Amino acid sequence: MPERVMFTMGDVACAEGALSAGCRYFGGYPITPATEIAEWMAIRMPQVGGAYVQYEDEIASITSVIGASWAGTKAMTATSGPGVSLMMEAIGLAVMTETPLVLVNIMRGGPSTGQPTRGQQGDVMQAKWGSHGDYQIIALTPASVQEMFDQTVRAFNLAEQYRVPVFVLADETVGHMREKLVIPDEKDLEIVDRKRPTVPPEEYLPFKPDEDLVPPMATFGSGYQFYATGLTHDWRGYPSDKDDVQMELITRLNEKILRNVDKIVEMERFQLDDADVAIIAYGTPSRSAKRAIREARRQGLKAGLLRLKTIWPFPERAIMDLASEVRHIVVAEQNMGQLYHMVRASAGTTPVHMMRKPVGTPQLPQEILQKIREVVTQ
Amino acid sequence: MAVKLKEMLKVPEILSSGHRMCAGCAAPTIIKLVGMALRGPTVICNATGCLEVATTIYPYTAWKVPWIHVAFENVAAVASGVVEAFNVLREKGRSRYEHVDVIAIGGDGGTFDIGFGALSGALERGHDFVYLVYDNGAYQNTGIQRSGATLPGQETTTSWAGKVEPGKRERKKPLAEIVAAHRIPYVATVSPYYWRDFIQKFRKALEVEGPAFIHAFSPCPRGWRSDTSKSIELSKLAVETGIHPLYEVIDGKEYIMSGPSKRLKELKPLDEYLKLQGQFKHLFTPQWEDFRKQVQEQIIEDWHLLRKKCGLE
Repeated sequence: MPERVMFTMGDVACAEGALSAGCRYFGGYPITPATEIAEWMAIRMPQVGGAYVQYEDEIASITSVIGASWAGTKAMTATSGPGVSLMMEAIGLAVMTETPLVLVNIMRGGPSTGQPTRGQQGDVMQAKWGSHGDYQIIALTPASVQEMFDQTVRAFNLAEQYRVPVFVLADETVGHMREKLVIPDEKDLEIVDRKRPTVPPEEYLPFKPDEDLVPPMATFGSGYQFYATGLTHDWRGYPSDKDDVQMELITRLNEKILRNVDKIVEMERFQLDDADVAIIAYGTPSRSAKRAIREARRQGLKAGLLRLKTIWPFPERAIMDLASEVRHIVVAEQNMGQLYHMVRASAGTTPVHMMRKPVGTPQLPQEILQKIREVVTQ
Repeated sequence: MAVKLKEMLKVPEILSSGHRMCAGCAAPTIIKLVGMALRGPTVICNATGCLEVATTIYPYTAWKVPWIHVAFENVAAVASGVVEAFNVLREKGRSRYEHVDVIAIGGDGGTFDIGFGALSGALERGHDFVYLVYDNGAYQNTGIQRSGATLPGQETTTSWAGKVEPGKRERKKPLAEIVAAHRIPYVATVSPYYWRDFIQKFRKALEVEGPAFIHAFSPCPRGWRSDTSKSIELSKLAVETGIHPLYEVIDGKEYIMSGPSKRLKELKPLDEYLKLQGQFKHLFTPQWEDFRKQVQEQIIEDWHLLRKKCGLE
């Protein structure tokens, strides 16, 4: 399809991004503020020959996505905090079985029912640590309607490349804001598909990794016989309670992501080159930060922004480098300070200031400006 | 329980006016009728849904009885805990009350779909409580998405009607019968139009030992695109067209057709019910004529099956 321009909301842009990436299965369940993604998919999936299926709860919708992925389709679901909490067991299953899938979390206020119609960023640690055991996932944090599209495309590409669940973590403000969206011509989009086995079926070992630590993925009905289980398994997929099998598998599931941090992580540097104070933000607060920095510069305060577009895996090296460039780091998050602790752990001796705001209104530009002034005069 | 209108009007309401349910919503009427059936101290556990959200908007509550909001999928489990705790307190002589009635309330999404596992578990364990589902046929609170209670041919924002689809195609889950299959002492379907039948059944549900289940039909003008003045009329038509027949099931074995349904010589045409609602508008285009007929046939077939179960055919 040729290029299209829309004026639309982030949730719709996310759905369109998924369709452009080749997603043809959506396992849905309504929840504010992510419902518009399901509603849009219910219209669009039949038009493109895909399936929108609504389930009886979030546990069913995410596990249906795992099934659809193994059946060979790019598959996703979208939900919000309470739904993600219910999905967490399945996320662990998808990690363990190396199932490519995309889970969109339009973050609202928590805990529990919280503030369903107000945005927050309280789920960033949940995305990383919500399921049990030691594992890695990938999480992307869009900050505009266009990025909801772009990052959802990228989420599918990363899920397919690394055979891992990928979160699109957007706060409600980004999900519901309306902006211009350019949907590129499909020829101009880079689309990644999962690796298929190249060996004959009798030689296929479903969890034998290639050099990049990712095993080629056979799907149901492809003629390859295999066994995929949430139990610790060897290359053949057979369950094992042996230490060495667990050690090898868990190490590989982590390393296939951690080894590629530099390739996975994306960020935007905004007026950082001569900055004394660096703001670190993602999603909606990063938009306030840009305005604050422009104003700070007008007032002669050298401030800049490191906008994280990927938060998991965490860009430790980028933070280390930044810490050596600037005198102060301010972490502005719409939560009680979650990534703040990750930044502090990577920033060496550079002071890291927390700017917490666990409410629906993000940090306002003047609040960030005030904080910049505060740390400069320290 | 003899129900006299004059007496009922003296019963203090359990839901005060000023709540923020939509104009014409039948759910507050249903709760008013529940209040008229109460017999003593009562605790209400409410799953996430329209009723929960709109009756308790911070910093207000419309409820005049102890009330707890739980998550979406677990109201039957929370009610189980409340029942068991009161039992322990009573056994230890630490309860002020001889008996406390516990009522769990969920919408159709919270009951037919996400809360079904918790409901089934509570029924199997046999706690002495009443589960009330107010069934408005979709997830109305999040903006009208289809549920297991959505009727075939109904348009929602996740079962769109158009050239390709007639709205939802699948049948509605026969929840009252599934619940009855747990062989619990009492199951009944009710409609707010038949208020006397409603109150009597709800009182019976409170009085039986063990779990009881009440399936209340609850028109939603916003989701159904019906006139706000037509909700009680729709509640009547749903019974008369066989969309929501009124019956009781005792111990999962004995089916009894209730008066309003039993008195029907034959069902009214389904069209009378559909025509009052924008959500079925597309079914009257030539394209979906056959589909509409199929839905009508299905309802007649179900109606005869139910009459057989009730020993009427």
